[in-house]
Parts: sequence; C-alpha cells; structure tokens
Amino acid sequence: MSQYVLRRLLIAIPSLLGISAVLFFVLALAPGDPFSELATNPNVPAEVQAALRAKFGLDDPIYLRYLHWLSAMVHGDWGFSFVSRMNVDTLILQRLPTTLYVIGSAQILALLVAIPVGVYAATKPYSVFDQVANTLAFVGFSLPTFFTGILFILIFSVTLDWLPFVYSADINATGIRWLLEMIRQAIMPVAVLGLFQAASMTRFVRSAMLDVIRLDYVTTARAKGLGQAKVIVKHVMRNAMIPVVTLIALQMPAVFGGAIVTEQIFRIPGIGSLLISSILSNDTPVVMAVTFVFACLVVLFNLIADVLYGWLDPRISLR
Amino acid sequence: MLDKELRSMIGQVKDGRMDRRAFIKRMAAVGLTAPLANQILALGGVAMAQSPAVYKPTQRGGGGPLKLLWWQGPTLLNPHFATGTKDQDGSRLFYEPLASWDADGNLNPILAAEIPSVANGGLAADAKSVVWKIKPGVKWHDGKPLTADDFVFTWQYASDPATAAVSISTYGDITVEKVSDLSIRILFKTPTPFWANAFVGAYGCVLPKHLFADYKGSKSREAPNNLAPVGTGPYKFVEFKPGDLVRGQLNPDYHMPNRPYFDTIEMKGGGDAVSAARAVIQTGEFDFAWNMQVEDDVLLRLEKGGKGKTVYATGGDIEFIAINFTDPNTEVDGERSSMKTKHPIFSDPNVRKALSLLVDRESVKKAIYGRAGRTTANYLNGPEKFVSKNTSWEFSVEKASKMLDDAGWKVGADGIREKDGKKLKLLYQTSTNGPRQKTQAIVKQACQKAGIDVELKSVVASVFFSSDVANPDTYPKFYADIEEFQIPMTQPDPALHMRRYISANVATKENKWQGQNFPRYVNKDYDAAIAAAETETDPVKRAALYIKCNDLLWTDTVFIPVMHRLLVDASSNTLRPALSGWANRTDNIQDWYREA
Repeated sequence: MSQYVLRRLLIAIPSLLGISAVLFFVLALAPGDPFSELATNPNVPAEVQAALRAKFGLDDPIYLRYLHWLSAMVHGDWGFSFVSRMNVDTLILQRLPTTLYVIGSAQILALLVAIPVGVYAATKPYSVFDQVANTLAFVGFSLPTFFTGILFILIFSVTLDWLPFVYSADINATGIRWLLEMIRQAIMPVAVLGLFQAASMTRFVRSAMLDVIRLDYVTTARAKGLGQAKVIVKHVMRNAMIPVVTLIALQMPAVFGGAIVTEQIFRIPGIGSLLISSILSNDTPVVMAVTFVFACLVVLFNLIADVLYGWLDPRISLR
Repeated sequence: MLDKELRSMIGQVKDGRMDRRAFIKRMAAVGLTAPLANQILALGGVAMAQSPAVYKPTQRGGGGPLKLLWWQGPTLLNPHFATGTKDQDGSRLFYEPLASWDADGNLNPILAAEIPSVANGGLAADAKSVVWKIKPGVKWHDGKPLTADDFVFTWQYASDPATAAVSISTYGDITVEKVSDLSIRILFKTPTPFWANAFVGAYGCVLPKHLFADYKGSKSREAPNNLAPVGTGPYKFVEFKPGDLVRGQLNPDYHMPNRPYFDTIEMKGGGDAVSAARAVIQTGEFDFAWNMQVEDDVLLRLEKGGKGKTVYATGGDIEFIAINFTDPNTEVDGERSSMKTKHPIFSDPNVRKALSLLVDRESVKKAIYGRAGRTTANYLNGPEKFVSKNTSWEFSVEKASKMLDDAGWKVGADGIREKDGKKLKLLYQTSTNGPRQKTQAIVKQACQKAGIDVELKSVVASVFFSSDVANPDTYPKFYADIEEFQIPMTQPDPALHMRRYISANVATKENKWQGQNFPRYVNKDYDAAIAAAETETDPVKRAALYIKCNDLLWTDTVFIPVMHRLLVDASSNTLRPALSGWANRTDNIQDWYREA
C-alpha cells in the first residue's frame, strides 16, 4: 500500500512538471501585457512601461523565465503579482476562506439533496417521485449557473428585496448578527451552485444504487426477513456509495478552485474571481500559481480517490 | 467689445484696480454671463474664483457608511504605481494632492493654502516656476506633521527611474525645492504655461517621507505601506484586499471643517457594470457605482421607480475614427503603414471628407450612447476655452456621393467606386466592445450607400491596446485603413492631448510603434502651432493656438469624431457626490455628503 502511494507520488512529479511547462508557455505566448493599460495613457511615457517590464523580468527569454519560476516555486516562493505588487501566496490565502465557505457549503448542500433523493428514487424506480426527481435533475443541470444566478437575483433581490446580491467578505458586525449576515448573503450563491451540483449527483447516486439493488445478495437479505430500511441503508447503500465517494473526492479540488462564473455574478471575493480578474489583466504570476495549485490538487485528490477506493472495497488491490 | 479694452480691464482686475464683481457686472452689461466673465478672467491670468462647492453638513461625521461599488476593484494603493483609474480612485481616499480639478476645470485647493496666481506671487512672470503654499497644521494619519519635505521627497521618489513610477512624466522634467517648511517651489526647464500638473490631481498625491524614505528607487516594491496607505485624506486606512475591498474610517483630525461627512467608507470591487447599476439604482445596496458602461436603454429602464439615478460629468474624452495616412498594405523594410508610403486612397482629401460625411453621429448617439454622449466636430472638446467654434459636421450620403463623383471616383459594375484601378475598399478596425461594433455597422451601412466597401474587423481589447511589438493587430501599428477607439483627456489642459500628433511622434518600427501619432499625420503648420503653444505664456494666445491645432485636424480630416463621451456613474438619490469630468471620481471625496 505505502509502496503504491509512493510510486503514484513519484509518477505525479513528471506530470506536474509537464502541466506547469504547458501552462507557463501557453501563458507566455498569449497576447497581452500586464502594463497595457499604461500604453493608452498619454501621461505615461513608454519608458515607464519598458522599465516595469524589465523590472519584473518580462523581457527575458521564455525558457529562462520558466526556470526562474520553477526554482522559486520549489523554494516555496509563489511569485509576485504584477498588478497588485504583493506576494501571490498572500493574495491567494486572502481569498481562500471565502471560497472554502461558499463552495464548501454548496458541495454539502449538493450532497444533502442528492443522496436522499437519489437513494429514494432508486428504491422506487419509475414511480412518480422518481420521474419528478429525474425531470428536475435534467432541468437542474441543463440550466447554467449564470442563468439561474441572475434569475435568483431578479427574484429574491430586485423583486422581493429579501437577500443582498453583493457578497461582502468582511461584515461589519459581531456575534450572532455576523453569523446571520454571513448565512444570509451566502444563501443565493450556495443555492445556485449547490442545486446545480445536486442535479447531476442525484442521477449518479440513483444509477449507482440501481446497479446494486438488483444483485442477488440484496434479495438474500430481503429473504432473511430484514426490513426495507435496513436492507437499503446497511446492504445496498454501503456498496453503492463507493463510486459516489470517489466522485466526491474528485470534486474536492473544485472547492479550492472556486467557481468563476458564480463568484463573478455575486461578487464573491474567492479564488475563481481572482483567477478571472488576473487573466483579464494579464497578471501571469497569479494565473500561474492558481492554475498550478489547482493542478496539484487534482493530482492529489485523484490519488486520494484511488486509495479510498481500495480501502472501501477490499476486493480491489492496489499494486 | 474691443479686444484691447477687454485686456486693459483684465489688467485692472489683476492689479487690483478693479474688483472682480465690478468686472463681472460690466461684462454682464454687454451680455456676457458671470461664468463666462470668470472664464475670461481666468484666461487672463487672474486667480480663478475658488468654486464655491455647496457643502451643507455642519459637523464632522454622523453620516453613517458610504458604500462605493467599483466593478473593477483597486488592485494596489500607491498612487504612483496606479495602473488604472481604479487604483488612483482607491488611493485617493487616503492620499491627497495640493489641489484637485472641479467640475468646471478650475483648481480646488486641498493641501494648498491657496491656488498660486500671478497676483499672489505664486506664478513667475516667465512661467518657469511656481510657488505653492502648504496649508498649515495638516497631519498625516499617524500624527506626524505634513511639511515641504514630504513634497520634495515625493518628487524625488517619482522622478527616480528605478522606482518605475507611472507618474514619472509628471515629475521627471521638473525640480522641486523647499522654500520654507510650508512652501515649495517647482522649477521648469522651459516656460510652462500649464503649471498645474505636478502635485495636482491623481498623480499629485503626496507620500509621507517618513514612511517611504527607505523605499525609493529599486526597493520601491518592498514598501509595506504600498498596501497600507498612511495619508492626509478624509479617511484613515482600515483594510485592503486587492481587487475586492478597500475600507476606511473617518479621520478625526482632517484638515477641512465639517468634513468628512461619512463615518466609514467602503469600496467594493468585482462583477460587471450592469449588476453594479442594479445594486445602486434598483436595490440600493450601494450608494455609488463607477463607470456605467451600460447602454442608455438599460439604465433608463432601471431608473424607473428606482432608488438611484445616473449622474454625468463632462470631460474631454473623445471616441473617434482615425484615418491612416500611410499604406497599410505595402510592406517597406519589414514594416507596413510605413512612413515611406502614402495611403493610396486617403491621399485624396476628398475621400477623407466624404468619409466624414458618412458617419451618422446623431444615429450613433441615439442608438448607442444616449445621454452619455454629445455629437461633435472637434477632436478637442474641453475645457470650454479651448473648444473651437469654427468647425461643423453633417451627415449626408448625397453630398458624400457627389464629392466622390466630382473627385473622379466612379461607381463600378460591382457597385463599388474606383479610380485609376484603385477600388474604394476600406478595412475598419476597432476593439471588441458592443457599442463599437454597433458604430461600425452604422458607418458601414452609410458607406455602402455611397459606394464604399467597408470590411469590419474587431480585435480583443487586450491585444488592440497592448504594446506587443510582435502583434500586428495593435492600434499603434494601425495595419488597417481606419480605426476607432477612445482617448481619454486626463487633465483640463490640451497640451498632452494635442501633442500626440506632431510629426516627431509618428509610430514607426524604429521607435517600436511607441510614437503616439498613430494616424502618421504630418503637417508643418501643426508642428509649429504646438511648439508655439507649449511656450506661449499668454493664456488667450495659447488657447487660440490649440484651437488652431484642432481646426487643422478637422480641415485635414485626420479624425472623424464619433462622440464626445461623458462620464457616467450611478448614485443613490440621497447621495451628493462631488464629481468632475476633469478628475477621477474620488478626487473630491471630502465634499461628498448625503441629503435626506
């Protein structure tokens, strides 16, 4: 087992190197310049832009810049933002709590909806409940979040005036009022993201349950005279949840990566909005750091999913 | 009234032999309004009457929170590193200049005790130096006093090329010396009629010497106060998250009476313009939102029964179509649009004039800009004293067709005009942006009617406005026949705005296309007028020279002005923001208040 993990970790190194190289070169070759806004300003002479480029090492050849970046990254230096002139890790850490809170809550909401609905639908396939759940799931994952987000804003903020639609990371209150405000402003983004996730997850849970529910050992359990609830929870769900756990593990990086569209709509200062604004302003160090960290998380959680799979299902051996 | 008589009267006011009010009265007698009379005085070098900003609150604070929404949030808080106005706006909450520009383009003293003038001895007669008196008793947020040393230091800091400050062009060519603890003298190398540049407006913010002294030059980026400003402004710094949030609280020691009105200030970033408009106008979650680049129809719809409204400020920002004087399709020494070529079609001035007749500015205004635009024939649209009255524009397909017919451009079999085997086909480029693509469509339609074939091209803004030497699609390279974009006028003086188009500034391969004269316009008269204006100390003559430059651009049809664009913001119905088209949104933040 430990040998397996070690081998997987070693394999991850070249793939991460490859990912970082591709990311870096694509970004370096992309058009645009972090100081382009200065170019149209007649007050700023071209030399300033040139001096800034030189100062931030933008005029070096690409491979040299990549090597610089790589060696800094190995030493734990994530780089220095061109646009904010501060360390990239500070920038990311500033944004991380908000992303974890909002996207994490959305994932939990998705699970809380998807598992009961999926399980119940699978126990009564093609019943009215199953049909309704299926239809809603289809509608749910067919509607993009930018649409449902704006719809929610129009209904709950503009028309009904119940909820704020501009998210604020620092609420000017303490104690219970702070908590209530935090929940209140997160309701819409969490609902939009959570229900979108729940829709596809419900279908996944349902089909995983259906795969198991028809197996002989379930019939045996029923024949023993066990109650429906016990059969479903103890016998069926335990086995059906194995692929679901893997799916959840694979979605974990997204909790850290943020949701670009939703964060933009609700002005949530998370990683996703940091990424998009950095891309728009050509702030390569930030884009590099965010995407690379995301790549690392994907690789890591893939490994975790595999290990979990083996642990949950001892029939699968990891070699 | 005779010019001579007017001048002698201005002279009398200057010397104090006639008072302002009497002058204005006499002007009124001949039918001139008071603001115009004031303008004339200002032109004549008499100190501008300090615009009486109507400010009603009678005590400091008590106004609760002020919530601002910038759909692009500030990413850094050092005004001398600001890459865009968003950063300047954020810094300006905490840092202050000597003076800022008010709505009419007049100076409003902030840290200055008074605005320098010839009368108070601040301005030298030869226009080579200016003395600013600093308001006594001003304190930095950390309690240290503000002195002339801070100004001298700010100049050293910004003018040091190793600092790489964006304000270097403002400070690079001047010398600042300390006269006394509370006054400084700025020395210019050449007579400088526009003296109010250094320490005025966005780039004028002064930095505390005691906190930045160790971080001048190459160490500039390490200064901890780049992210935690300590200024003299109405609000003290509380918190900053780049791109997301700037927070401040009332400065109890602020140097202006009864100011500021609000107890806390918050500038939130992110999102898009439409939803920002919604948050202010419809739901009232925020008090003020910046830069409403939203179609007027949408704004009008939001305003119906809303909690806020749109507010406008007039500056000199001009959206135009520029004409290429060189040939974009012939390559000379590895360079297209080379100065060694002439544009095959536009070398005929009739084609340029006809094209100008084909831009339907009224329709563009109606369909796109609405209240946020004014039609104009001029490239230079403000301040009032520099605006030419000699120009005009018109939209007429018939006249354009006739002009082209007369010039020998005959409609061919395919409906496109041609002359000497050259077809009237144009490539029209601009940045990718809704209103611009609509303008392109309107122009193309009119051109088609007149027998001109226009091919449209739109380039992503990040490419179009970049200075990437390797990319052929940038606006300075101008590998097209005509191109459209906007040039903002960043100060109420035309010097920088007009200087771009002298022949020494043409964009070429040699200067890596960093020359600002992208139409590659060459006219000796224009060069001479600019050179004369830059050293002309008589304000009346100087204004006349810039008007002449504008008129040359018009007669030569270098630009076809599409729209004189106003600044559009959204404000809550109760907020009274002090805005100016000649300054950034927050440049007069100390004067903002709320009225029930």
